[in-house]
Amino acid sequence: MKTISFACVIAVGAMALTTRPANPAAAWPAIPDPTSPAQGGIQASITRGKQVYLEQCLACHQADASGVPNMNPPLIKTKYVLGDKAALVKIVLNGMHGEKIGDDDYTGVMAPHPDLADQQIADVLTYVRNSFGNKASAITVAQVKAIRAANKPAAQ
Amino acid sequence: MHINRSILKLLPYGIIVLCLAGLPAAAQLKLPAGFKATVVTTDMQRARHIAVAPNGVIFVKLERLKNGKGIYRLQDTNGDGKPDKITGFGNYVGTGMYLKGDYLYASSNTDVYRYRLDKDYNVLDPDKPERIVKGLLDRGEHNSKSIVLDNKGNLYVNIGAYSNACQLSDRQKGSPGQMPCPILDSAGGIWEFKADVPDQTYGDDHRYATGLRNVVGLDWNTATNTLFVMQHGRDQLSDLFPQYWDKKQSAELPAECMYELHKGSNCGYPYIFYDQIQHKQILSPEYGGDGKKGPAKQYQDPIMAFPGHLAPNGMLFYTGNQFPEKYKNGAFIAFHGSWNRAPEPQEGYYVVFVPFKNGKPAGNWEIFANNFAGGPDKMQPGSAEHRPCGLAQGPDGSIYVTDDQRNGGTIWKISYHK
Repeated sequence: MKTISFACVIAVGAMALTTRPANPAAAWPAIPDPTSPAQGGIQASITRGKQVYLEQCLACHQADASGVPNMNPPLIKTKYVLGDKAALVKIVLNGMHGEKIGDDDYTGVMAPHPDLADQQIADVLTYVRNSFGNKASAITVAQVKAIRAANKPAAQ
Repeated sequence: MHINRSILKLLPYGIIVLCLAGLPAAAQLKLPAGFKATVVTTDMQRARHIAVAPNGVIFVKLERLKNGKGIYRLQDTNGDGKPDKITGFGNYVGTGMYLKGDYLYASSNTDVYRYRLDKDYNVLDPDKPERIVKGLLDRGEHNSKSIVLDNKGNLYVNIGAYSNACQLSDRQKGSPGQMPCPILDSAGGIWEFKADVPDQTYGDDHRYATGLRNVVGLDWNTATNTLFVMQHGRDQLSDLFPQYWDKKQSAELPAECMYELHKGSNCGYPYIFYDQIQHKQILSPEYGGDGKKGPAKQYQDPIMAFPGHLAPNGMLFYTGNQFPEKYKNGAFIAFHGSWNRAPEPQEGYYVVFVPFKNGKPAGNWEIFANNFAGGPDKMQPGSAEHRPCGLAQGPDGSIYVTDDQRNGGTIWKISYHK
């Protein structure tokens, strides 16, 4: 068995040497979008957003955003993350509880985060929308500000 | 010597094909010397608890319907170790699965049903079970209803607290603990019912033990004639109270606790938790605790304390004769695997063993079956290949382990060969 494993390592290593990645750009999490109005550009927003993610989101959604089955939803290519920006910002502001995503029920409780600044929310959502295999437009501070102003959180 | 270069280029691909052909589909479990795991099936996704009949027929409860069915009966009629007669029944999801005498007991997230079995452990009327318990709370969080029977015709059911720590707003920083915790009247404990009386529900006489946040793994210990349970301890000490716990401490605390219960046991949730490093009960921070202070009144102590967040989902006292002597009457515990240790590395995703003598743990716990996740890089709840959940003992003294991961679905049989 050990011999076979060793042969596998050699074989994979040989493949790595003889093949080239089809798309070198795919190795990078995001490509700067010159049309984005985010402060300092989308790349700066993503960098700042990662710090917010580590502090505020990682504990439940996990380092690779794969979530916790039955409890905390993944943030990978779901319509919540990639779709309507207002709905996404409102999840951060108001929290979420008991949601069906695809065929899966998630029973975890996400606390509301109204204490986060508009900039932090814009940055973290821009980071999430451009990481973990996601690719979507930036969310700007102005957008967060407008959504927050129109937001009426459900009575607790 | 002349070697054709195109053959050289193809060589690594050829070796990979050979490797793939030689590797088993499921992650290889790591076991102590002399033990061997065989894969019974890889087709029981979201398998929770499991029961094995005296003739080797397997019953497994699923928490997601498979072809519209939530319970599967697996029978190996030709003795090749793989089930070849597979039938599904029960149109509800759930966790509990326990076999006693002529009846199979199964739980949804609100009810407990029982099915009459014939002498070959066929289900007599799979579409018409008897409803034994009805109307238990299901508010999503901690909604699974684990079940076990004693030898006197009583059924024990866990009703998990629909909360992390009974805060006014669940898991919200700064929200105070409710005093008294209103959850405890109908959840956060073990309820006891008659195993043969239909349609029982809440009532004063039925609460057996309280102050338990959520129990998934539990078993009746026939050596002590008492109920043993494994509590899932609270989450997020550092998230909610960074002034008292850093992320490293919060990954280890609080203990996942084993309790031996009696009628009237109170294990203290949500007012306290057990700190396995300070070896004492700690007042919960939502109730004025600071990480050091104990409660004014002591609650029942755990019989054993494990590291935090490992998520004990299955428990089995071993009464077989196949395994070596040290395993007799000891406890196996399936630790589903942590999520609330992030950003620290996750832990669990294994089955442990605790030796017992005279009804008490007789030595430290040890990892028995490991590598359910499929490697250290996959030890996260979303990316683990398998997550161990249910445990059962077969008639030959082998044990069975289920896997409730969404793309998992493996059932292993673990046997000992000298």
